[in-house]
Amino acid sequence: MRLGSLTRRLGLAVVAIFVVAACGSSGGGGGTASCSESKAKTTTSAAACGGMDALVAAAKAEGKLNVIALPRDWANYGKELDTFAAKYGIAITSDNPDGSSQDEVNAVNQLGTTSRAPDVLDIGMAVALANTTLFAPYKVTTWADILDTQKESTGVWFQDYGGFMSIGYDSSKVPTITSIDDLFKPEFKGKVALNGDPTKANAALNGVMMANLAEGGSLDDVSKGVDFFHRLKVAGNFSKTQATTATVKNGTTPVVFDWDYLSAAHGKDVPAWKVFVPNNAVLGGYYAQAVNKNAPHPAAARLWEEFLYSDEGQNIWLQGLARPVRQAAMTKSGTVDASAAAALPPVNGTPQFMSDSQATAAKNYLVANWLKAIS
Amino acid sequence: MAVARRGVHRTRWLKLQTFRYVVFALAAVYFLVPLGAMLEFSTRANDGSRTLEYWKSIFDYKEMVGFPIDNPTGIIASLQLAVITSLVMLALLVPTMVWVRLKLPRLSRIVEFISLLPLTIPAIVLVVGLYPMYIWLGTNVSDSILTLALSYIVLVLPYAYRALDAGLGAIDVKTLSEAARSLGASWFAVMWRVIVPNISNAILNATLLSVALVLGEYTVANNLLYNNLQVELVHLGRTNAGVSIAVAVASLLFAFFLLVILAFVGSRPRREFKEEPATMLASQSLTGI
Amino acid sequence: MTTAGSPAVTTNVGRPLLGGRRFSLDWVGALPFFAYVGLFLALPTAIIAIGAFFDANNSLTLDNFVHLGRNYVVQATITTTVVSAVTALLGAFLGALLAYAIATGNPNGVLRRTLVSASGVLAQFGGVTLAFAFIASIGPAGFVYLFFQSHGFDYYSKSLWLFDTPGLIVVYLYFQIPLMVLVFLPALDGIKPQWREATESLGGSTWHYWRHVAGPLLFPAFLGGVLLLFANAFSAYATANALINQGAPVLAQQISNGLSSEVGAVEPGFAKAIAVEMVVIVTVITILYSLLQRRTARWL
Repeated sequence: MRLGSLTRRLGLAVVAIFVVAACGSSGGGGGTASCSESKAKTTTSAAACGGMDALVAAAKAEGKLNVIALPRDWANYGKELDTFAAKYGIAITSDNPDGSSQDEVNAVNQLGTTSRAPDVLDIGMAVALANTTLFAPYKVTTWADILDTQKESTGVWFQDYGGFMSIGYDSSKVPTITSIDDLFKPEFKGKVALNGDPTKANAALNGVMMANLAEGGSLDDVSKGVDFFHRLKVAGNFSKTQATTATVKNGTTPVVFDWDYLSAAHGKDVPAWKVFVPNNAVLGGYYAQAVNKNAPHPAAARLWEEFLYSDEGQNIWLQGLARPVRQAAMTKSGTVDASAAAALPPVNGTPQFMSDSQATAAKNYLVANWLKAIS
Repeated sequence: MAVARRGVHRTRWLKLQTFRYVVFALAAVYFLVPLGAMLEFSTRANDGSRTLEYWKSIFDYKEMVGFPIDNPTGIIASLQLAVITSLVMLALLVPTMVWVRLKLPRLSRIVEFISLLPLTIPAIVLVVGLYPMYIWLGTNVSDSILTLALSYIVLVLPYAYRALDAGLGAIDVKTLSEAARSLGASWFAVMWRVIVPNISNAILNATLLSVALVLGEYTVANNLLYNNLQVELVHLGRTNAGVSIAVAVASLLFAFFLLVILAFVGSRPRREFKEEPATMLASQSLTGI
Repeated sequence: MTTAGSPAVTTNVGRPLLGGRRFSLDWVGALPFFAYVGLFLALPTAIIAIGAFFDANNSLTLDNFVHLGRNYVVQATITTTVVSAVTALLGAFLGALLAYAIATGNPNGVLRRTLVSASGVLAQFGGVTLAFAFIASIGPAGFVYLFFQSHGFDYYSKSLWLFDTPGLIVVYLYFQIPLMVLVFLPALDGIKPQWREATESLGGSTWHYWRHVAGPLLFPAFLGGVLLLFANAFSAYATANALINQGAPVLAQQISNGLSSEVGAVEPGFAKAIAVEMVVIVTVITILYSLLQRRTARWL
């Protein structure tokens, strides 16, 4: 029996060691494995801040998140915001819904270290590249799934979702479009609009570039695109007014050049809405995420990024008909929402993307020639 | 301008009435047709039939109302801002304008120009100049949405000044105040009991303009990242086309009913023919010398 | 002998009891106004004006003002000034007529109060929804246009003028006229019916009444209304941007491009220089206005 009691004591000791070890490694309670406010401000990944649970706890402690320029109907952001708020119990303040990417950066600059500054930004590439000093580097857990060309190596910005420039149209008001030159037909008189002024809005600049490619031009020279719109204006088919959901529904601007995922939103108002991407002009564009260096809620900001790049967040964008940046990886691993992926507008042809210098060249050309072309 | 049918030539009265009704008819067409178009669009379903679903969905949007009261957004914030802005604007402008008319007439052009200045700078760029002030306020005083009132008072100046100036120009401020002072009234009594009742309609118009401006203000609030009524309506309007217009019409109707209540509560019945008591006393005291 | 018991208090505060001129403290009365305006208007304006002298690298430069000579800015200046002047004069005239129609009615009536409230609301109505209100009615898909078109009259046959300067004028009047009504009505209220009777008893006609009695009394308020309407239209942004979204025809849109362009055309210093230009233009107009007030006060 002495051997038995020794065994029992040894056994107890072994169990005790295991229990102590288990207690020590189950994060949080131990003290060193937590994400404090000061750590969250500069942490470059969830792991570096004590793991996802620590990040979640820190974010919940902050309780708030400031976002900017995220309209609810843009790439299904409404669902992203609602799901995040419900999942983590964090109150989201959504400001300036119609703001441009530059407005977001302006707000970050102007509001500095105050508590109402935006925590995270969703911006176009031109603005992201021009303002990297404002962002804090952060790598989400699924960092490896993002292609190197679609992220900045230290995590200062990383692309989130994108789409292709398209011509959306109300097929009950205008004939089916099979080529961009169809827009010169008399049925399109006064009906074709861009989503904004190309010297100001990213979507409009890409719209002109897409027309440029469709007319045989190249990414380096946007002159054919400007000429296209000039001819459209001369034919009386180009409309200078702002294309809103209301002007589309009411039939004033039944044809709009816009990103395919934004264009698809018109389907809510116009049952016969169709989205056309020319075969020879598949111009893609991605937006990028960035975390504000002076974010008033640093842990919540990083948790938001983690959420957006999780399978759930990426699928929500996919349901909004945007192409999330991890789509290829998720398709391979089988976590993609297959029915949403199947609903994406079909694209035949090789996608092209403007580089920063090509975009700048296009902008310069437009600033010098757009007004003349459409007056 | 009191219409007294006795003592006015009958044909002139007829001509006046014809003129009035022609003007009202033309104005009705010009102003009501676009509103009617918006109303029609906001009740048009995707298949062309009439529907109230867009109007109904406005009431589902809780953020528009803007609770809690200590950190308001939406309607509650805008109403509070409207009250604060109007009261402070009146308290600031009326005494100053009267004082300038009486004592500092050479400053009147300067005051007039300053009052016009907020309207020369578009709000989108004025807000750039306001940022440093708001950052200082945010860190040292308060970053409540009610600090917007400080900017709104400035935005309202041009309109309020012009309405009050027209009202003050129509009464004889100098005689009234001299008469009241000669009867021993303090400056406060002069303002409050003599001048203000005589320009009550101008004050009402200035208040109506202020309230309408605050309720309709979007740019400054939006760029300072505050969510007042109009910003919340833009959020709501992104749902679909019908809602975006329904919400705009609802906002107009809301402001209209508010102003109608103000107009009924605020305007004083104007006496026809009778001289205001102050001028009567003034003329008495002068003839009594 | 005064009727009041206390000694008459004159308004000559500065007059001393003994010899010598005492320093007048009248200016103190205007202090609250100037202090408030100094802090919340002059300071932001100064910040903007100073910002116009810096470029993107925060170095001093006059380039932003030189760039005001760019042809699209000059064009925008002309368009904005013309549209503002036309809508100011037209809006003031039509608004004065409407105000007169209201003022000659029952001063306590429901009609007056309703119209005044409606004017208050419509004077501040603008932006995307005002543009849409016109697009939905007289626009190329609007029921008014479709009605006329089906009866043979196509008013867009030459050009889509709604999305050009003429359209801007028609739409701007929608808030200019009610604004004029509200700021002009108090002046009309000050016209006493006895003056009309006095003119008549002296043998004057309607023309005499307006030319020599009511007109000169109303003219300063009318001119003030014109000035206000000019400045109102001059700085309007949202309505113009919704109606004519291409080419930034109005100066405020040029400013917006300079501040919010997300394709790399952002030039905040230049935007501020345009703002300074706008202030200068309105200052010039205001000076012309006060000269005109002084002259007409003499003739009329």
